[in-house]
Amino acid sequence: MTKVRVSMEVNQQMRDAQIEPRLLLVSFLREELGLTGTHVGCETTNCGACTVLLDGRGVKSCTVLALQAEGKKVTTIEGIGTAENLNPIQLAFWEKHGLQCGFCTPGMILASYELLEAEPDPDEKVIREALSGNLCRCTGYVNIIKSVKYAAKLRKKGMRGMRKGAA
Amino acid sequence: MNPKSFEYHAPKSVAEASSLAEEYGMDAKFLAGGQSLIPLMKLRLLSPSHLIDLGRIPGLSYIRDEGNHLAIGAMERIAEIARSDLVRKQCPILSQCAHQIADPLVRNMGTIGGNLSHADPTNDMPAVMVAAGASIVAASGQGSRVIPAGDFFVDTFTTALKGTEILVEVKMPIGPTRRGAYLKLERQAGDFGIVGVAAVLEMSSDGRCVAAGIALTGVGPTVVKATRAGEILKGVELDKNTIDRASRAAAEEAQPSGDLRGSAEYKRAMVEVMTSRTIQAAARRQAER
Repeated sequence: MTKVRVSMEVNQQMRDAQIEPRLLLVSFLREELGLTGTHVGCETTNCGACTVLLDGRGVKSCTVLALQAEGKKVTTIEGIGTAENLNPIQLAFWEKHGLQCGFCTPGMILASYELLEAEPDPDEKVIREALSGNLCRCTGYVNIIKSVKYAAKLRKKGMRGMRKGAA
Repeated sequence: MNPKSFEYHAPKSVAEASSLAEEYGMDAKFLAGGQSLIPLMKLRLLSPSHLIDLGRIPGLSYIRDEGNHLAIGAMERIAEIARSDLVRKQCPILSQCAHQIADPLVRNMGTIGGNLSHADPTNDMPAVMVAAGASIVAASGQGSRVIPAGDFFVDTFTTALKGTEILVEVKMPIGPTRRGAYLKLERQAGDFGIVGVAAVLEMSSDGRCVAAGIALTGVGPTVVKATRAGEILKGVELDKNTIDRASRAAAEEAQPSGDLRGSAEYKRAMVEVMTSRTIQAAARRQAER
């Protein structure tokens, strides 16, 4: 099958590759670019573990062709913070125990990122609605919601954070 | 889980897309947002040899107030419809429906044109279009035509579109005398509904219902127009007895089949409950104004 060229901006870096048209965005990110922070969960558009931002909007990258991201900006979990300089949302999930196994967390954080960009001070109902496409199978959602509320506070203060013991 | 291999086409105009569809015929599928098509391709339920991506055709994403209707471009994302102030003010039923489709992430990719063209009987938008008497604009290289929503949905996954035609715009009637609501019963967030009901009422100044459109999601091979239910509401005041009779009629007009979301009997019972709630919600919308 003929390969085609795709180019997009991933975490503020231009990336291009020759790919099979059927390549999914999640596979492009993980297998072509080695960005394995984006997880493959259900593969059926349910769980949201593969959530990335496409031009600032959260999408399930297992249900997007890499070619649909042509010319667009993609942000993955690797693009919003590092171990030494955590994004406030990452810091908040850490502080409020918003994860247990961590598998759903990249998706939870990116969906929260989109929400907080649009609504800096969301109430619980709004948070629950915004995260309704992201499933967590271990903690339940109470601590995740606490984390997003706390992240909103940290963002207001302009706080980023360092991973404990990272130095 | 990956789709089978296919050739990818990214036309820059509707005419070009249409001529590609003519060239490849039944081996080709149009791609809009892909939120229904890509899952089907990953499950290998559908394996087109040619995929014609409509995503790079400029000028198909818009919401415009054209006086007696909202014109919505086929590639407008469901999320944009859900967050549009114009839609919320001028056509609350559409806003309400958009908020209930799948989940926020799917809505960010999914488009109104894809939702309608896919013609899944459990998709929510078709009922809203049929209840409201919307029009659908189909275009090909040879020009365009307007198809009433009531004639558009032919069968499961089957519309009145010809192979070379592309849904390019939806015309959603609006006006100060129209009140609409869409409610659905679902097992869990993001799942397809068990039953959905769209109700659009045309009200006179003295509070009578002049005309009504009722349409049902998930209880037939395609969207079901509950014609008798609409007729019962016509020309009368919307008291409890009238709403009960219309809801019973809608339940009788439903053609449910049993599946993992419930038995046919259960779904029919839920159509009655949900129709009653939806008519009341639409009527309440009037009182709020």
